[in-house]
Amino acid sequence: MAITMSESAAEHVASQMASRGKGLGIRVGVTTTGCSGMAYVLEFVDDLKESDEVFEDHGIKIVVDPKSLVYIDGTEMDFVKSGINEGFEFRNPNVKGECGCGESFSI
Amino acid sequence: MALLNISEPGQSPRRKQDSKHALGIDLGTTNSLVASASEGGPFIISDSKESALLPSVVAYSNDENILVGQAALKSNEHISSVKRLMGRGAGDIKHELSYTLVESESSGMPLIETPVGLKSPVEVSAEILKVLAARGAKHFEKEVGNEEEQKEIEGVVITVPAYFDEAQRQATKDAARIADLNVLRLLSEPTAAAVAYGLDKKLEGNVIIFDLGGGTFDVSLMHLEKGVFEVLATGGDTALGGDDFDRTIMQWIKTESKIEIKQNHLAELSTCARNAKHDLSETDAVEVNFADWSGELDIGKYYQFIDPLIDRTIKACRRVLRDASMSIEDITDVVMVGGSTRSPRVQEKVQDFFKQPLLNELDPDQVVALGAAIQADILVGNKYDSDLLLLDVNPLSLGIETMGSLVEKIIPRNTTIPVSRAQEFTTFKDGQTVMSLHVLQGERELVEDCRSLAKFELRGIPPMVAGAAVIRVSFQVDADGLLSVEAEEQSSGVKSSIVVKPSFGLEEKEIESVIRASHSEAEHDRDLRRLKENEVEALRIIEATDSALAQDAELLDADELKAIQEGLISLQESLKSADADLIQQQSEALNELSVTFAARRMDSQIKSAFKGKKLEEVDR
Repeated sequence: MAITMSESAAEHVASQMASRGKGLGIRVGVTTTGCSGMAYVLEFVDDLKESDEVFEDHGIKIVVDPKSLVYIDGTEMDFVKSGINEGFEFRNPNVKGECGCGESFSI
Repeated sequence: MALLNISEPGQSPRRKQDSKHALGIDLGTTNSLVASASEGGPFIISDSKESALLPSVVAYSNDENILVGQAALKSNEHISSVKRLMGRGAGDIKHELSYTLVESESSGMPLIETPVGLKSPVEVSAEILKVLAARGAKHFEKEVGNEEEQKEIEGVVITVPAYFDEAQRQATKDAARIADLNVLRLLSEPTAAAVAYGLDKKLEGNVIIFDLGGGTFDVSLMHLEKGVFEVLATGGDTALGGDDFDRTIMQWIKTESKIEIKQNHLAELSTCARNAKHDLSETDAVEVNFADWSGELDIGKYYQFIDPLIDRTIKACRRVLRDASMSIEDITDVVMVGGSTRSPRVQEKVQDFFKQPLLNELDPDQVVALGAAIQADILVGNKYDSDLLLLDVNPLSLGIETMGSLVEKIIPRNTTIPVSRAQEFTTFKDGQTVMSLHVLQGERELVEDCRSLAKFELRGIPPMVAGAAVIRVSFQVDADGLLSVEAEEQSSGVKSSIVVKPSFGLEEKEIESVIRASHSEAEHDRDLRRLKENEVEALRIIEATDSALAQDAELLDADELKAIQEGLISLQESLKSADADLIQQQSEALNELSVTFAARRMDSQIKSAFKGKKLEEVDR
C-alpha cells in the first residue's frame, strides 16, 4: 500500500512548504461530494492523527487517513501545467469513472 | 481532470453541495458561449452535441416554436446579429439586415417582424440567454445527480463591449431579466479576457486586449494594479474582422476566374474563400477550386490582400496608446481574443508592433466566457478569499445643461466606474422654484452637439433671490455603467432623481466621431462657450438691474437713472451682436454704472431695517 508522487510534484510541494514555513507534509484524502461521488482533498499537515498512515516519497511525507486510503491506494501525484492552470493531478488506479469536470470520481 | 492545489488544514475548497451555481455568458454578435467556474477551473459548457459555440441566431415560426442556434440557421427567416440593435433607435440602424424592422410608435425602438408578431431586440437576445442558461442548468443537474438537490442558477455575469453605452447595457440587462436570470454584473469583454489569463493575479501592469472577431475589432488598454483593472482607453472598428479577410479572397477569385458570380453562388464562394484562408494558416500556397475554375493562391499574395486590413488594427492600437499617453514599452501583456487572431500573420504583426510575446494559449473564441465565469464564481461568493475588483470606464463624458445651452461635464470620459460625482448649481431668476435638469452625454460644449439622455425637474425650491439657492446635482454610475442622477436643494432638502434609461445609444464609430469632433471643434467650441457664458452673464445683470430699478428707482437722480437705462439698452443691443468681447465690455460698463446705485440700495435697506429702533437695540 502506498501513495507516490512524481519528482516535479515533490519539488512543488517542497517549495510550497518552504514558503509556508511550517508543516509536516501533505494530507491526501477523499471526501464524498461532486458529480461522481467523491473528490480529492489536498492539504498541508500540521498535526498527525493516531490512525493516519504516513508514506514518504522524494523526501515528502504523504499523510492519508485509513478510510481514504482504500479509495486512493496506488495513486501517483503529479504536478501539471495546462494552459494557465497549474496544480496537482492524481493518477488513481481505482477510478472507474470521472465527472465531466474531472474533479470528482467514482470507484 | 481538475487540478488541485494544497490547502491549509481543514480549509479545502468548499464542497460542491455548498457552492452556488453561477454562469459566465459571452453574448456575442455572431456566437455566444456559456461557462462555469463553480467547480475549480473555468470551463465551457457545451450542448449535448459537444458544441461550445451557440450561433446568436433566433428563428420564430408560426407554430409558436422558437429555434435558437444551429437549428435556427436552417430557417429562412432567422434573425442574426441582434446585438448590433441592442439599445438602439430604429433611425440609428444603417446596417443591411436580412429581416424587416419596424419602428415602435411608443418608444422609437426598432422591432423585428416575425411570423408571430413584432419582437424587440431585447426579446430576441433573451431567447439566446434562455438557451445558454438551460445548458448551464442541465450541466449542474447532471453534476448533482438527483433532482431533489438540483439548485437554481444563482446568477450570471454577461459580457458587453467596453464601449457599450448606458442604453446598450440596460438593454442587455433587460434581456437577462426577461430570460429570468439574475445579473450579478455586466463585465466588459476585455476585462473578462484579462481575468481568464489570470492577469488579475499580477501585481501591476498595462494590458492590451486585442480582440479581432469575424466582423468587429476592439482594442482596449487596461491598467492593472493589485488585482484591480481599470480600462484606460478603448478603440477599434465595428466593421473590421476575419470576414473581411474572406472577402479579399472572394474578390481575388472573382477577378482571376472571370466568373460572373450570381447571388446563389455567394455562399459557395464564401465557403471556398474561408477554407483557403484557414489553409493558408498552415501552408504557403493553396489551390483554390471554384466551379470549373482553379487557381493557386500563395501566401505572399494573400498577405498583400490582408496586410492593409491588419495595418488598420495596428493603427487603432497606436491610437489607444496615444489616448492613454503610453508607449509600447509601458505594455506588459498583450492578450489575443477572437477567432481571427488565429491567423499567423495577425499574430506576427501584433507581436512586431508590441515587441513582445502574445498571450494566446487559451482558445481565443472562449477566453471572454471563461473570464466571465471566473468573475461570476467570485461574485456569488464561492471564492471567499478573493478580493478581485474590476473597474471599467464610461466611454463618453456625462454632464448637465446649464444656462445658454452649455454642457457642464460632471463625469469626464474615461473616468473609472463605479463613480459618484456632484456639483453645485444655483437658480438664475429671483423666486425661481423649479429647475429643469437635462442630462447629456458627449464631448462637445453645446447641448445641440451632445446626446440627450434624460430630462427631469426639481420642483419645490423655496423662492429666493437669483443665485442664493444651492442645488447639488450628483451623478452616479454603477458598476454596470448605468447612470442615476439626483438633484437636491440644500436648504430645504427637496430632491428629485432619475435613473437614466435612455431610449437608445451610440455606436462605437459614433463615439469615435464624437471624440474626434470634440478635438477638431475644440477652438470653435471654446469661443462659443465664452460667448454663451457672456450672454448669460449679461442677461443676469439686465435681470438684476431691472428688478432693482423697479424697486428703488427713487434713490437715483434723473441723470443717474438715465445713464443706467442707457447702459441697459446698449448691453441689450450688444447681445444681438454675438460678439463675446463687446458683450463683456458692455456688461462691465453697466456694472460700473450701477456701483453707486447698489451702494445706495444697501444703505437704504439697512436704514429701513433699523428704522424705529433705538440705538441700544441695534447695538445688541
